[in-house]
Amino acid sequence: MIALRRRVRLPEPAASGDTALRATGLTVRRGGRDVLTGVDLDVRHGEILALVGPNGAGKSTLLAAFCGDVAPAEGTVHMSGAPLDAWTPRELAMRRSMLPQQHTLSFAFDAIEVVRMGRVPWAATELEDDDEQAVAQAMRETDTTAFAHRPFTALSGGEQARVALARVLAQRAATTLLDEPTAALDIKHQELVFAVAKAQAARGHAVVVVVHDLGLAAAYADRVAVLAAGGMAACGPAEEVLTASLLSEVYQYEIEVIPHPRTGRPLVLPQR
Amino acid sequence: MTAVTEARPARLKEASTGRLKVVVLLTALAVALVVMAVVAAALGQVNIPPTQVVGSVLHKIGLDVGPLPDAAQGDNALWIVRFPRVVLAIVTGASLGCAGAVMQGVFGNPLAEPGVIGVSWGAAVGAAAVIVFGLTFLGNWTIVLAAFVAGLLTTLLVYTVSRSGGRTDVVNLLLTGIAVNAVATAALGLLMFAAGNDGLRAITSWQLGSLAGATWPAVAAVTPCAVAGIVLACACARRLDVLALGERAARQLGVDVEKLRVVCVLVIALLTSSAVAFSGIIAFVGLVIPHLIRMAVGPGHRVLIPASALGGALILVTADLIARTSIPYQELPLGVLTSIVGGPFFFWLLRRTRRRSGGWG
Repeated sequence: MIALRRRVRLPEPAASGDTALRATGLTVRRGGRDVLTGVDLDVRHGEILALVGPNGAGKSTLLAAFCGDVAPAEGTVHMSGAPLDAWTPRELAMRRSMLPQQHTLSFAFDAIEVVRMGRVPWAATELEDDDEQAVAQAMRETDTTAFAHRPFTALSGGEQARVALARVLAQRAATTLLDEPTAALDIKHQELVFAVAKAQAARGHAVVVVVHDLGLAAAYADRVAVLAAGGMAACGPAEEVLTASLLSEVYQYEIEVIPHPRTGRPLVLPQR
Repeated sequence: MTAVTEARPARLKEASTGRLKVVVLLTALAVALVVMAVVAAALGQVNIPPTQVVGSVLHKIGLDVGPLPDAAQGDNALWIVRFPRVVLAIVTGASLGCAGAVMQGVFGNPLAEPGVIGVSWGAAVGAAAVIVFGLTFLGNWTIVLAAFVAGLLTTLLVYTVSRSGGRTDVVNLLLTGIAVNAVATAALGLLMFAAGNDGLRAITSWQLGSLAGATWPAVAAVTPCAVAGIVLACACARRLDVLALGERAARQLGVDVEKLRVVCVLVIALLTSSAVAFSGIIAFVGLVIPHLIRMAVGPGHRVLIPASALGGALILVTADLIARTSIPYQELPLGVLTSIVGGPFFFWLLRRTRRRSGGWG
């Protein structure tokens, strides 16, 4: 009850280029094994940061550590200048949203009700007035308005993924963490997700996205962080990081990188 | 811009029909409950016309309106026998309906119900022990307290045992329920073995479930528990909605899941003990009612919880009326009546759940 009465700290507006999340010397242990070792990484407002790397490299673990789902064994994660455990769960939810890999729902809520759940952190604050507008906008941006009143459980996998993304957008947190948002989607909707991420970044939000498709990472990310075996192999602009030699070594498979004939962005292809 | 203005009227219309449905449902349930309560008080071995029932109540609260009962001992029959029974039916039914809704929400499983998973039986063992050993250190409250403590322990046990990896699957939940029921039934059997004749009769009537023991002191003992439970449950409603996304996602949305869980277990124990203490085990109300409400207005807990309380009360007042009037000078056990209807419903629900999830996961 005491925790309820303490004043909730509403987020301060952040400028592009400010640090949203900072991991320093981050080590995460699971089942006695180091899944991440000594990772340093800054996430800045106004940029899309892609986390790539082979299976088991620790991408999702890093995202979960950013989110506060797993506690680091060593090192710290700071959000908006304070360590994660200095914020209450609700204060964290006002500052960062997270799209999980799996979308489960115990009861057959309508899609629009699922999206409205994204507004829960703002209940009883002045920003509660934006609820309906935030929900409508999120559903428009994710192309989900057409099935707003259908039960979530009756939707196809791709539709569910987009409704889940709409819920995350409706939360209107300045930092958005996306764990493989394109896994269940066709090409059109993959592009839609990254266009949404780009729009978020343009608004000054920070977007961290775990993605397997190196082509998408190369095309949309402002920076790419390549993880390998729990450590940071490289981090920087796509053109600098996504090189044939680095990727071939990290993925242990021959990979070609050629510049796109029109945009000049790197195209990543396995040797076939 | 045109797309927005075109889409808006349609969405608003759907939203307002949804809200209208909720208002209609809640009003209909409340009106039906009041009507049914008057009818239940009117019918019995001596029939008293509903107008005289209402008149008697109005006179009691100081309004000299309407006719008084003209049957011999009519007023006494109402105030000593029927009213406490009707009120106890309302309190018990509301507790059961609400407990079912909360339990399903916190377990994330539409098959959870105090009777099915053994919590009612656990609470009954606590209450039976008090009767058999003749404990009265808190007067009427002793039974309620014993039922509450035993119910709380059973809820905690079922909750911790049936969960794995942050969720409760159907098989685990039902198997845990079978185990808990087996132990609780054995404990009740032991108590019956140890009990004298009076205790034996009391325990038997509980296993079958009955409101025959309704008195004003009993009503006074359980009502605060039920009211506290329902109010707390309503306060958790929005967070229970979010919990449907899974514990991790709920936490990411700022819900303090651990606290919510503790509050809900407390609510379930409060409601189950208030329902079981004097009425015994009345199964399936907490399963059927929330399910019907979900089919009518969707799974949102802010409507589901109050509507389940109203619906549970309505069903139990009706069922009790049937139990005591269908056979002249005899009384059907209430719990038997609800199980005859609720058992097949549970079976249907089980099959449907299995078909939907493509297995027992």
